[in-house]
Amino acid sequence: MKKNTVLGLEVPCGPNGVSVITVLQAIQGYYGYLPEEALEKAARELKVPLIDFYSVATFYKNFRLAPQGRREVVTCAGTACHVRGSEKITEEISRTLGVDISSTTEDGEYSLKCVNCVGACALAPLIIVDGRYYGQMTPLKVRRLFSDNPTKTEQTVSSGLSK
Amino acid sequence: MDLEAPKIKSAEEFFYIQRNYQKQYRDNNRFIAICGDTGCTARNSKAILGSLDRCLKEKDLSETVGARFTGCLGLCESGPLVIVYPEEILYHRVIPDDMPEIVEETVQAGRIIDRLIYRDPSSGEKYAYARGLPFYKKQVRNLLSGNWKTDPTKIEDYIAQGGYEALVKAVTEMSPGEVVQEVKEARLRGRGGAGFDAGLKWEECFKASGRKFIICNADEGDPGAFMDRSLLEGNPHAVLEGLIIGAYATDAREGVVYIRSEYPTAVEKIKTAINRAKELGLVGDDILGSGFGIQIYLSIGAGAFVCGETSALIASVDGRVGEPVQKPPRLVQQGYLDRPTVVNNVETLANVPHIIKQGAENYRATGTEASSGTKIFSLVGKVNNTGLVEVPLGMTLREIIFEIGGGIKEGKAFKAVQTGGPSGGCLPASYLDLPTDFESLTEVGSMMGSGGMIVMDEDTCMVDLAGYFLKFLADESCGCCFTCREGISRLLELVQNISCGRGSLDQLDLLKELAEVVKDSTLCGLGQTAPNPVLSTIKYFEDEYRVHILQNKCPAGVCRALITFEIIESYCNGCGLCKKNCPSDAITGEQKKPHYIDKDQCDKCGICFSTCRNEAILKQ
Ligand SMILES: Cc1cc2nc3c(=O)[nH]c(=O)nc-3n(C[C@H](O)[C@H](O)[C@H](O)COP(=O)(O)O)c2cc1C
Ligand code: SF4
Ligand code: SF4
Ligand code: SF4
Ligand code: FES
Ligand code: FES
Repeated sequence: MKKNTVLGLEVPCGPNGVSVITVLQAIQGYYGYLPEEALEKAARELKVPLIDFYSVATFYKNFRLAPQGRREVVTCAGTACHVRGSEKITEEISRTLGVDISSTTEDGEYSLKCVNCVGACALAPLIIVDGRYYGQMTPLKVRRLFSDNPTKTEQTVSSGLSK
Repeated sequence: MDLEAPKIKSAEEFFYIQRNYQKQYRDNNRFIAICGDTGCTARNSKAILGSLDRCLKEKDLSETVGARFTGCLGLCESGPLVIVYPEEILYHRVIPDDMPEIVEETVQAGRIIDRLIYRDPSSGEKYAYARGLPFYKKQVRNLLSGNWKTDPTKIEDYIAQGGYEALVKAVTEMSPGEVVQEVKEARLRGRGGAGFDAGLKWEECFKASGRKFIICNADEGDPGAFMDRSLLEGNPHAVLEGLIIGAYATDAREGVVYIRSEYPTAVEKIKTAINRAKELGLVGDDILGSGFGIQIYLSIGAGAFVCGETSALIASVDGRVGEPVQKPPRLVQQGYLDRPTVVNNVETLANVPHIIKQGAENYRATGTEASSGTKIFSLVGKVNNTGLVEVPLGMTLREIIFEIGGGIKEGKAFKAVQTGGPSGGCLPASYLDLPTDFESLTEVGSMMGSGGMIVMDEDTCMVDLAGYFLKFLADESCGCCFTCREGISRLLELVQNISCGRGSLDQLDLLKELAEVVKDSTLCGLGQTAPNPVLSTIKYFEDEYRVHILQNKCPAGVCRALITFEIIESYCNGCGLCKKNCPSDAITGEQKKPHYIDKDQCDKCGICFSTCRNEAILKQ
């Protein structure tokens, strides 16, 4: 694959041109997930068997075949977070938001994702909500964070962090 | 003011430009460094930078006092960190509103702000100067010192501090063979896990002919480790310089940095670094007029731990499913696109400029005979000073955990330290005086690994931890070997049985036997080392397994099936806090009267235990 646009999207090239992974990354970067139609079109455009796209998309954890929720909640289950009690944090998020790991709430509001270490272990256990990090979490802080009064919670949590 | 940056075409031109950068840098020796690494930005350090900028403008100090947004300064636990130069006064847990005071008091009036200086959690002693902190004192920060002073987005900062001098020396004064020889003599061992001799690998690749590749492994999949991320975020040019020198030594004209997508900031920083180096002509064709050239590409991972393994990594760079393949042929013979390929870890490469600049002999003065140089560890878990530490190889675990790390949080007892990530093992207190080098750790059933060091206290359950790693590995196994796919799941099942109170002593034996099978019959390092966490916890903490099995108790109070929560009537004042917070409605009781937990209803989440202010809740 030598060209560097697919479906009109720019795809970064490696020494061997674009690859199935970089194409999928570009598609997901644009749509937020991998829509079936887009994959079919891209496969035709690149003359790659569609199955190649699917086997790669299902092998790697970052690819999503369904749309994401409007807000993304990421919990860390890395070792540093685990020994500081991340399991209970994840559970509490699941319970509070009514969503399982790797799925999205029925109203399409929240997606919950669990990762292994984001490299900010000093903040363990931590969660990331829409790109914002919340460290030294406790189940209670989780509940406050997702309660109806988010502004108040943010203050509580961030002051808990910095002082 | 930025100088015009034309492409540098010779060593002379490089040193001329370097002098200019150094002059700029010196003129700016009064500056404030704010940690801009993921740890501190998560705690709002961007707003601290904003506050400082505003304050300097208001006071008309922007020309005389510099502001730098640096990489990780090390003591992440106490972030956000701010260092005032040239005195190197360290302030911790700074908030944006502290900045005007820091400028007025410290920069203008030369006074130290007592409230913001570091206080040792165990001794209570205060330290104003960064270098005096016990945390930094015992470290040898060869690789990480760059993080303190450089703005990672500025190649000028790096060059002003002697950066890229090693590249200039290598390509203009040394032959590739001489570079290889120097790295061999330095006995640089791979920092990605296996500790393979980097010089030997390079030599083999150099001898091969035709198109070749060099790949920087920045996958850093070990959960609880962030050394490579911090190097890339804090000093990306050092890694890049090592990569270019490696390419020169192996005569690879194409380089790839394979980096995990969970590190978006590191991706940005290395991208910027490559672009800046290109602008100056340090990446591209005919570097410094030497005739040698290299193109560098970024390849971003898609979330698979096994892709840190070199053959899987190569498949992933090629856009395929990341399944390891049988070796031989080894990658230096037949790797990416079937061409000779060298894969080196981020930290391995970051060592290279130091070796070239100071020479192998000086480099070897640090560390031990067989493990030379320094190693960066990410010291995390139940330790007081969570952060990044760099020490000479061979320093004892005790020195790292207790002297640098400040001991265990909340005065609890040390129980174990885990090194080597999911491939490594857990060592008990009796091994605290073990030197941390490649051989010593392997001998006792652990591993150096990439540098994650997770400290555990009395509240960590070893059976639970073994289960944690097995679950991680079961999820991450690529599934192509039967014994890895099924074996790890079966090991996990056995361990879970034990933590649920359904274990037996026979199962403990079976666990050991099966672990050996998985070790011996799997294709790649993931499977071969997967049993280490189980085997080492059984080896050193067998008693704890036995208590789970024979007494149905979890001494650390972690395994849910084996613990209960109960309210001690005489301690309970009926405040109702636990009842209000219990997610399972398991607590009943009237205001101001003793409360009661319905054990069948209780989910054992532990919220009541941590919320009760009267210590009325008993966890058993
Ligand atoms: C399952 C598995 C995961 C690995 N993950 C990494 C990693 O994330 N980063 C890394 O540098 N090496 C990793 N390694 C080690 C690499 O295979 C390889 O030894 C290393 O990148 C070589 O570089 P070095 O010689 O400079 O250490 C992993 C190995 C295995 C078996
Ligand atoms: S040992 Fe496990 S991860 Fe490695 S190749 Fe075999 S199945 Fe895949
Ligand atoms: S929080 Fe403690 S004191 Fe208050 S009701 Fe519950 S057990 Fe009693
Ligand atoms: S442990 Fe959790 S579920 Fe059980 S009583 Fe306490 S708060 Fe409720
Ligand atoms: S283990 Fe959670 S951030 Fe590292
Ligand atoms: S992240 Fe700021 S000191 Fe490590």
